Amino acid sequence: MKVPISWLEEYVPVTLPLDDLAHRLTMAGTEVVSIDTTLSFEGVVVGLAKEVGPHPNADRLRLVQVDAGDETLEVVCGAPNVATGQKIAFARIGSVLTDAHTGEERKLKRSKIRGVTSNGMVCSERELGMSDEHEGILVLPEGAPIGMSLGEYLGETLLDLELTPNRPDCLAVMGVAREVAALTGETATPPSIEYPEHGPDIATLAKVEIEDLDLCRRYTATLIQGVKIGPSPDWLADRLRAIGERPINNVVDVTNYVMFELGQPLHAFDFDSLSEGRIVVRRARPGETLLTLDGETRELTDDNLMIADAGKPIGLGGIIGGTESGITGSTTSVLLEAANFDGPNNRRSASKFGIRTEATLRFEKNLRPELAEYGVRRATKLILEVAGGTVASGIIDEWPDKAGAVQVVELPANAIERLLGVSYESGVVISTFEGLGMEVVSNNGAYSVTPPYWRPDIGIPEDLIEELARVIGYEKIPTTGITGSVPVWEPNPDRVLREAMKNILSRFGMQETISYSLTTPEAEAHARPPGHGLQPLQVMNPLSAEHATLRTTLRHSILTVLSRNARIWRGPLWMFESGRVYLDRGEGVGLPDEPEKFVGVVAGPRSDLEWMSGEPESSDFYDAKGIVESLLSEFGVTASFVPVEENTFEPGRCAQIVIPSAGRAVIGVLGEVASDVLSTFDIDTAPVAMFELDVEAIARLPELQSLGQQDYVPFGRFPDSSRDLALVIDDNAPAADVLALAERNRLVVSATVFDVYQGDAIPSGKKSLAVRVVYQAPDRTLTADELIKAENSILRALEHNFGAELRAR
Amino acid sequence: MCEPSGDMIKLAESVNNSKGDGAGPSAEDRITAVRDAGLLALSASETADALQEWRNQYIGRSGEVTLLLRGVGSLPAEQRAVFGQAANRLKNELEAAYDQREAVISAFTGPVGTIDVSLPGRSPAGGRLHPITQTIREITAAFGAMGFQTFEGPEVELEGYNFDAMNIPSDHPAREMFDTFWLDRVDEDGNNNLLLRTHTSPMQARIMETHEPPIRVVVPGRCYRYEATDASHEWHFNQVEVMAVDECITFADLKGTLYEFARRVFGAERKVRFRCDFFPFVEPGVDMSVDCFNCDGDPACRICRGSGWLEILGAGMVHPEVLRRAGYDPDRYTGFAAGMGVERVAMLKHGIDDIRHFYTNDMRFLSQF
Ligand SMILES: [Zn+2]
Repeated sequence: MKVPISWLEEYVPVTLPLDDLAHRLTMAGTEVVSIDTTLSFEGVVVGLAKEVGPHPNADRLRLVQVDAGDETLEVVCGAPNVATGQKIAFARIGSVLTDAHTGEERKLKRSKIRGVTSNGMVCSERELGMSDEHEGILVLPEGAPIGMSLGEYLGETLLDLELTPNRPDCLAVMGVAREVAALTGETATPPSIEYPEHGPDIATLAKVEIEDLDLCRRYTATLIQGVKIGPSPDWLADRLRAIGERPINNVVDVTNYVMFELGQPLHAFDFDSLSEGRIVVRRARPGETLLTLDGETRELTDDNLMIADAGKPIGLGGIIGGTESGITGSTTSVLLEAANFDGPNNRRSASKFGIRTEATLRFEKNLRPELAEYGVRRATKLILEVAGGTVASGIIDEWPDKAGAVQVVELPANAIERLLGVSYESGVVISTFEGLGMEVVSNNGAYSVTPPYWRPDIGIPEDLIEELARVIGYEKIPTTGITGSVPVWEPNPDRVLREAMKNILSRFGMQETISYSLTTPEAEAHARPPGHGLQPLQVMNPLSAEHATLRTTLRHSILTVLSRNARIWRGPLWMFESGRVYLDRGEGVGLPDEPEKFVGVVAGPRSDLEWMSGEPESSDFYDAKGIVESLLSEFGVTASFVPVEENTFEPGRCAQIVIPSAGRAVIGVLGEVASDVLSTFDIDTAPVAMFELDVEAIARLPELQSLGQQDYVPFGRFPDSSRDLALVIDDNAPAADVLALAERNRLVVSATVFDVYQGDAIPSGKKSLAVRVVYQAPDRTLTADELIKAENSILRALEHNFGAELRAR
Repeated sequence: MCEPSGDMIKLAESVNNSKGDGAGPSAEDRITAVRDAGLLALSASETADALQEWRNQYIGRSGEVTLLLRGVGSLPAEQRAVFGQAANRLKNELEAAYDQREAVISAFTGPVGTIDVSLPGRSPAGGRLHPITQTIREITAAFGAMGFQTFEGPEVELEGYNFDAMNIPSDHPAREMFDTFWLDRVDEDGNNNLLLRTHTSPMQARIMETHEPPIRVVVPGRCYRYEATDASHEWHFNQVEVMAVDECITFADLKGTLYEFARRVFGAERKVRFRCDFFPFVEPGVDMSVDCFNCDGDPACRICRGSGWLEILGAGMVHPEVLRRAGYDPDRYTGFAAGMGVERVAMLKHGIDDIRHFYTNDMRFLSQF
């Protein structure tokens, strides 16, 4: 909403400097986005057409001698309406203008037109970017001072306001004036609605019936006969232009003007086009159509509120008028409508027809019916002034449900202090409310408040308290801390676990990423995740085809991120995402499941390039596995890794992550991504190890239930001894089983593989495993004999189970 | 370390005691002899070579102490434990004495040569959390310090919670503030009632429905709005909801709590401004801004567009209708609520000029935080 200061000053004295006023308005909820000081027409000044003569070489061109204040210049002009003595908008060479044909901005150059040099241009509205009008030049009022910059002459100082949806009153200059008055302690004076009524009783000439009261609470109308349609006077046209509206004709301009002045939308009908002089306000009947003012034929339904005459539709109530009943140059009688239409219905119809007008912007906010009469009387007065004619006596006022209009809001004693934390003397409260146009009755600290009709947003005590707080100023309300008891702590183990997992993974060198949760089934399928047997949840109105369904897997997300970074990042491509997948539970089962998952990829070099180690090696499956193992061990969880085949992963290079202590619960999967999956994602880095973990499954593990509560176990105080074994065993024997077998010996505290070797000197089908075994007893130092006995017993078991042979001790 | 340690004395006593019980004297004597000779020889070793020679003779693979230990197995069973322990103590003592002597000798052999201290050190692995995660944690921690607990809620939400419970009935013009992604699901009446939540505010209702006052919560999470993406708008973003409800929560408490939050997250030197604003689920409504980081009221400032202020969050006193719908008596309870965009907070803190960086996941961006 743009508010010219000169217009505002018609209703309220502006006593504060504009910057201060803007600040007060902003703090009180009506944000002043900017103060636009002038229109700007670079290089264009007010000029006088001193002399208009023929062009020697072209019949349709004229030569104009323009007095630009400091000099007189000859220009060539093609407009038919240029005449001697006119004040015109004169563009000097170098002005920036809008090209009348292409609509683009360009700099005016000196040019020769049919042999005569033109030293500038006499502008049309279109060239000035003011409207599409380019038939004739813009003729300025006679009083325009020659040589003054056009911007300064036409320009207004405007407040550009950003309004909140609850304040339809500020969609009117008068409303903003009331706001300014309340905030600056001034008084706002509404414009006059006094005019002579010399015509016959309106009831004898016109009649209005409201059939559907739910969609139209009040309908007021006046009738002005003998008007002369023509262009608006300058003051009216200039005001409309200043707020970005295009003048049309005097009567239509008045309806627009009053809408911006008071906030009440109006419509003017050509009274003579109305059959029987009757207006019927009703729902449209199926099959009815209306040719609207914008040239479209609209098909109507009984959801649309129709303004009809005795026979046919003549307008869409509160949205747009019909062509046949519109004001034309030959209109002499005007029926002026100011009605109160139902907001939601108006909004639905407008959006159905794709017409978003200033009227709907106001009606949808549920204006109060009182405004209609004020609006219609104000517009009638202005039409008389600008278009002449005689007003029929009285007004038509259909308002059957008048009783329900007044609404008193009771503000109980202490309600202000209870909500704001500070109390105010009743004098301050009363004067603040009265300053906002409210009627106040005070009673022992309580107040009965009747808001004015222009404030439909005020309906409950809290609304009144906000009024008080914002007028006094939020900044003046004290600042305190919450008192009262602190809520009982409620543990949230899944969230704590998830955040801890993020910390651990980043500590292990992984970068966290976050991807969109909308995707497509086709994109997800590229990662070949295992199916869930349910369709993904679909968005009805996706913004783009590539974000149409909620994701059911994170695998696609992380591979997409890897693909994006593989070519641009030289360091380790170790990345993880923690997020939800969205699993439908089927039609009619309410909200979907949103389980939390982790997915990680490990690819690229194992470390950044470092001087002490030369070119870093590629990271691989065992980096990812180490991350998963160490992550789990932070929670005291030990996993076993069971070979499994999944389509995402390379055959023979994938394992389920199984937790033996939890009944072999599966908490995730780990593997090397299949090479054809990588090529689908256009990833040329290999290998890529990936893991996926289920947060809920981990949270349910028994180790997590006692996390942080484990009892201290005394560590061995007697020295341990370590002995190395070089074993040759069957190639297919899992190393984990060899170690587990060794650790079964009660003297063994740990068994660790420190080398795996295949090749020369090792028979095929076998591998060499170097294992360091650490022995210790809790109660004594082990003797050499004991060590050897234990070692021999381990060797026998290994030989029996895996065909292990000793290569070296 | 040349003196026997306390442990060693105790051990020696216990060995003596065992001798009194009839154990052979030879084992204990041997240990004492090896110890005395070893320590003497060590103190006579003046060079690194001599030290190495000593090491071989006493504590090396076939040194005297090692031999003593090996001999443990051949002792009568009842003596093994005592003697084995004594031999091990001796081993430890001599090794410690060796280390100390070695340090003394190397200190006299002069510097080992310089190193290039400008060469980079070995980097420990370094991953980082996404800036959004970091920002959410900063926000929740600031409120956590004031007793607010973190909750989370569903991203796929029922229309009733997202809008109606928040005092935004279906025909309310304010619904336009929340352009919505609807899901292709219908309820029994054939209406689409599932949507992607447009804000974290529905959690106000969900928490009040399942909890008794007092309530102090922060709720971070993803939200979605049907709007075109540009440098400052994303259809996919994160919010943090804040709510406190109790018998005497006031507007002054709202100001105090949010002011404290701003100090913690944006720094104590920032100015904070509260102005009137409108949201359907609060009354009175508040907009909180902090003074621009970038300028001193420069009309050409790109960040604040010349206003000098940056909007951080929307807030207000919980609307009585929201309380009532959630089953709370608005005559008894009051509360405040606030909601903020996490991306916006992160952008303002770090001077990020384009919101689209967050979900593009370019390592060159992510590795900076
Ligand atoms: Zn700034």
